[in-house]
Amino acid sequence: MFKAAKEGPAKVITANDLRDGLVVFLDQDGGWIHDIARSRVVEDGPDLESAIAYAKAQHDARIVVEPYAIDVEVVGGVPVPVRFREKIRADHGPTIPYGDDERRKLGAGT
Amino acid sequence: MYRYDEFDRAFVTERVAQFRGQVERRLSGEISEDQFKPLRLQNGVYLQLHAYMLRIAIPYGTLSPAQLRMLAFIGRKYDRGYGHFTTRQNLQFHWPALKDIPDILGHLASVEMHAIQTSGNCIRNVTADHFAGAAADEVVDPRPYAEILRQWSSLHPEFLFLPRKFKIAVTGSERDRAAIQVHDIGLHAKRDASGNLGFAYYVGGGLGRTPMIGHLINDFVPVEDLLSYTEAVLRVYNLFGRRDNKYKARIKILVHETGAAEIKRQVEEEWGRIRHGALALPDDEIRRIESYFALPAGLTPRPAESVVLKRARATNPALAAWVDQNTKPHKVSGHALVTVSLKPIGGTPGDATSEQMELIADLAERYSHGEARVSHEQNIILPHVALDDLPAVHEALARENLATANAGLVTDIIACPGLDYCALANARSIPIAQRIAERFADSARQREVGDLKIKISGCINACGHHHVGHIGILGVEKKGEEFYQITLGGSADEHAAVGEIVGPGFSYDDVVDAVEKVVDTYLKVRENRGEDFLAAYRRLGAAPFKEALYGAA
Repeated sequence: MFKAAKEGPAKVITANDLRDGLVVFLDQDGGWIHDIARSRVVEDGPDLESAIAYAKAQHDARIVVEPYAIDVEVVGGVPVPVRFREKIRADHGPTIPYGDDERRKLGAGT
Repeated sequence: MYRYDEFDRAFVTERVAQFRGQVERRLSGEISEDQFKPLRLQNGVYLQLHAYMLRIAIPYGTLSPAQLRMLAFIGRKYDRGYGHFTTRQNLQFHWPALKDIPDILGHLASVEMHAIQTSGNCIRNVTADHFAGAAADEVVDPRPYAEILRQWSSLHPEFLFLPRKFKIAVTGSERDRAAIQVHDIGLHAKRDASGNLGFAYYVGGGLGRTPMIGHLINDFVPVEDLLSYTEAVLRVYNLFGRRDNKYKARIKILVHETGAAEIKRQVEEEWGRIRHGALALPDDEIRRIESYFALPAGLTPRPAESVVLKRARATNPALAAWVDQNTKPHKVSGHALVTVSLKPIGGTPGDATSEQMELIADLAERYSHGEARVSHEQNIILPHVALDDLPAVHEALARENLATANAGLVTDIIACPGLDYCALANARSIPIAQRIAERFADSARQREVGDLKIKISGCINACGHHHVGHIGILGVEKKGEEFYQITLGGSADEHAAVGEIVGPGFSYDDVVDAVEKVVDTYLKVRENRGEDFLAAYRRLGAAPFKEALYGAA
């Protein structure tokens, strides 16, 4: 389903939380966080391989679901996804207002 | 409306308990994701871009106020205060937590709803004309037969692992509002010269990466043979449909590769074997199911003209425009079918907040004899509203931004969730729909353009039905950017056609200008206001539109 990350210098490991399904990123301490800015950036090679192996073990340990690596650019010390799809995931929601935010934007309930 | 019998209630309740156990075992580690995934999909639970997604079936699009209120409650308690009505008369929640889904399914079961067979390679939610049982032009109410098919197809042991998913749609009018010719089986309920009820069978239609229009393989199958003939079609498909290639596994490919005449022969050979067996529908059982769908007892004829409405229209142009655009003639004098637009200008097509669902439930209860419908065009229908009550209904809807007078117009756009929500999508659909709607927001301009169906999909799977849009828009990813291919001339009605790609695609920034050029070109080339977009396209072909978009060849 997911395109594999291309070869390149910077990657971040992402997945979905098993219990609530929300998007998470692997952090420096082996935990899973929502904020990509605090995620662990890994390089191609053994570093990446060990991070993926750890993520798969976390999948097997029913912490997360379907982990995979994404390409990022590090901008001002913060990893930013390369693919638009992953940017949307990292923002944790659609690019447009939804639910009550949309309702308010459109002036309903007035 | 149909009410669950003991069997329905038992199997839905048992299924909730079964799934509760499966979720518990997944969370405790007794089963792996690989083992769990097919189980969750069989219960409508997907893992999407941001979170889990729960798809709930709304059989033939019919909803009671209690069901709408329960959807509103679930949206508020377990999701983010809204739901998304889909192009298959389903409702999707985009944010449920896995641990909560068994409780959600329990709540749904309490109002006779479930999420079974909303995913997987099985017979999916049976859809129907959203004006069923109410439209003035209706010959046969398709819902009893959709219900019979629902009962037959629910947990049918032979058809739970088909080569691929299987979709059935039913209409009972000459005017096809259920898009039957782009379904795996499309049924047209009709009466013969003697008044006997039967069905025309269109087989092998579908959208997705290989769009095809269904073939008419039998023009009149008697009602008592509805299940045996449908089972024969499914058996031929189950036996000969390809399982080696997911992209060639739908029945449309089988029909295309085998030929409609040979498929008909195979189906009818099988039908001959089973026709007079257990699947022959007894008359009394047909009558029993039909009785659930009788017109509401209090729905009696009223004067064809409403003085109340006439007076209100005279002083309220917004009401007048809405009545002209969003109501259709009812089979009972003095009543109308009301389309509640889920397409406010700049909004997300098909989304409704919990407050909006509750309002619609209240209006359905008070003014529509306790019925509401979901259309595959992602709007809600109040099917039985007295003309006298239209001003009050309009006023209430307007307070919740549900009274946009755009049913069937250029801003009444079908759009899939696209890359904003969907793990399969390549490009966004919703913002394109919003920007097009904003471009054509002026109501006088919309009315000038007239009937025009724009349909947008964020990937080739075509959940937004782009192939059958008068103007279709397909989002693709090209060198990491969103790009949009435009098709013209598609239609999902009784003259169904697959649209033709007009030329190279457009960027996210440019696609709205391109759509506007197509519409402006139509306004220039149409013979008169009576020639709608599709008629003009069919008369002139793509040439004037290509020239407007790309310059002279």
